[in-house]
Amino acid sequence: MITRRTALASAASVALAGSARAEKKYGPGVTDTEIKIGQTMPYSGNASAYGVAGRLHAAYFRMLNETQGGINGRKINFISLDDGYSPPKTMELARQLVERDQVLLLFYPLGTQTNTAIQKYMNQKKVPHLFLATGASKWGDPKNFPWTMGWQPDYHTECKIFGKHITANVKDPKIAVLRQNDDMGNDYLSGFKEGLGPNWEKMIVADATYEVTDPTIDSQILQLKSSGATVFMNITTPKFAAQAIKKVPEIGWKPIHYLVSVAASVGAVMRPAGIENGQGIITAQFLKDVTDPRWATDPEYLEWKAFMDKWNPTGNQLEGSNVSSYVSVQGLVHVLKACGDDLSRENVMRQAANIKDLRIPLLLPGIKVNTSPTNFYPIRAEQLARFEGDHWVLFGDLISADAG
Amino acid sequence: MAAMAQSWATKAGIGKVAMFFWVLLAALPLAGFVTDSPSFDYYMFMGQSMLIYAIAVLGLNLLIGFNGQISLGHSAFFAVGAYTAAILMNFGGVPYWLTLPIAAGVCFGAGFLFGFPALKLEGHYLALATFTLAIAVPQLLKYKAIAGWTGGVGGLLLDKPDPPFGIPLSADQYLYYLCLVVAMVVFWGVFNLLRGRSGRAIMAIRDHGMAAGTMGIDTGLYKTVTFGISAGITGVAGALSAITIAYVAPDSFTLQLSISFLVGLVVGGIASLPGCVIGGAFIVVVQNSSQSISDWMKDTFSLRYDVPAWAIYGTLLLLLMFFLPNGIAGGLAVLRARLGRGSRQS
Repeated sequence: MITRRTALASAASVALAGSARAEKKYGPGVTDTEIKIGQTMPYSGNASAYGVAGRLHAAYFRMLNETQGGINGRKINFISLDDGYSPPKTMELARQLVERDQVLLLFYPLGTQTNTAIQKYMNQKKVPHLFLATGASKWGDPKNFPWTMGWQPDYHTECKIFGKHITANVKDPKIAVLRQNDDMGNDYLSGFKEGLGPNWEKMIVADATYEVTDPTIDSQILQLKSSGATVFMNITTPKFAAQAIKKVPEIGWKPIHYLVSVAASVGAVMRPAGIENGQGIITAQFLKDVTDPRWATDPEYLEWKAFMDKWNPTGNQLEGSNVSSYVSVQGLVHVLKACGDDLSRENVMRQAANIKDLRIPLLLPGIKVNTSPTNFYPIRAEQLARFEGDHWVLFGDLISADAG
Repeated sequence: MAAMAQSWATKAGIGKVAMFFWVLLAALPLAGFVTDSPSFDYYMFMGQSMLIYAIAVLGLNLLIGFNGQISLGHSAFFAVGAYTAAILMNFGGVPYWLTLPIAAGVCFGAGFLFGFPALKLEGHYLALATFTLAIAVPQLLKYKAIAGWTGGVGGLLLDKPDPPFGIPLSADQYLYYLCLVVAMVVFWGVFNLLRGRSGRAIMAIRDHGMAAGTMGIDTGLYKTVTFGISAGITGVAGALSAITIAYVAPDSFTLQLSISFLVGLVVGGIASLPGCVIGGAFIVVVQNSSQSISDWMKDTFSLRYDVPAWAIYGTLLLLLMFFLPNGIAGGLAVLRARLGRGSRQS
């Protein structure tokens, strides 16, 4: 026999459960205790060096699960698969993650070609394709690809910053450009022209290209010098950057030298090229350089180091990827926290496109992550740095590609 | 044992068994009408990949298994086929199905021409020469002068075809049938080729080149034509892959792909037609499951570090080679023979 009291109590509990259910909204891969996240990463093949990013992410999620019980009480089930940097394989794995494993979203898949292969598919399936690990500029196109969002400052943005710096600081610049003949080189160049403004045609006096397969770039450097340029825009990858930095002073050329950030590694470029040859070169950064003694007592650096020592002990602490992926994973954690109990795919995209002034440790001081429904480029600011002694010294203010 | 597998492959009596398997493969997509599993289309996509690899392995098998020439460069012909289809669809507005015979023709031509200088080379030397093809083609595809056509490093994005005439199939079910029909046509063609006079000549050259020449076989012509047909078949597989993935890029066709074909060939069974289908399935299934095994080991034994998936793949391959030196098809043939003998004795 049901008493009035138990009937009331059960009615109340039904009402409570009902309201709780109304708040919670789950997309595929989400339960009360778990969020499933997918990733493709080149753990093998030509680009396997980049695989450190996926390992760091796995370590970070393990740390979250074990010390904080995941995000909002839901543990992260992180499935990171090896695509060997091969686009068809990425396609296969993306389909596996979305259709078989039913992940909520794809996070930080690495590579430009690999992401190109799956972009259309992810948007057709309406699955968040978040914070891609590639510097191409085509990932911030919410009109045509509302489910795809980039992460790092793209090549285009960075070179725009160089262009602006030149027009503001160099009188009557005569610029020589050396660039790799591929998507990266083209992306950089178009941003550079935009930064220089409508008069770029008068400023760029020489434009030389090389192929990734070329053994040296000596003849290009000679050709650029003979143009009488006073500014050298060096758009190269590490091997060629080192050659150029060495060659320029060797032939007695003394231009103002700008170097793209992908080739600004102290260990892989500046040291092999000769520290004395690199003095005064200008580059751009958005992350704290953990090899720089300046940050040795910085609490953010110490926090990262403690994390690396405890949770990712096999990770090389001189490796830049271990910094950039530490930053990107916190961007995702922010988005998932912001989602609260509405973990539908739509809401994930809504939150990802609604980040306001988010500060993530190890970004340079002052750099904040910002997105909006029309801005799918989360990090848009960088700071210039000059090579002095044996490391990069930051100078000037943060420069945003949007400003002026 | 290889001979046994081969006789199984080319015996007329195989027809019924083969027919049964083809019908089974054709019936698989029908499961889509009774299941509402969201992963179903993914499995159809896997099926397409398996069939495509099976066709590519068949091309390689014709060359290595039946003609005794070694090639490490079939990823190059796969790439040429894929790019032929992609460029025709993208710039020529050619319907996707028409690109298949064109890709076959282009790759036949390329293989035939490559076969000429390759005639001077035998065994390991030919392997090395074809190896350079696999290395060079991805680089050539990025070459500036043709980047307007190939899309350079960025590759070409294509549109995935929908089922024609309003057939009530999903895109993946339809593409599976497309791959299956092409596979059946190609397998039927190769089966007939091998059964006839030309097939005997092709195999005679493998078994003893000089003797074959003495018997009046034009060994040079047969070798180059076989190379061409082999390349053409692999090119068809490449074109199918471009259609089903809807994207081609140079990084898709590395040496790794050639090695995959070779692994599929050896694991499936050299000089065996059913072995090609088994090999195609092996390439897709085992590379994926080695990752799963790695994850499973990590979870089950609560290991701190990942077990490298490629090490597991390698171990699996070693075990297979040790226990089934003639591939899975060879092993099945032995099993069949033993069972047959057993039943006769009892």
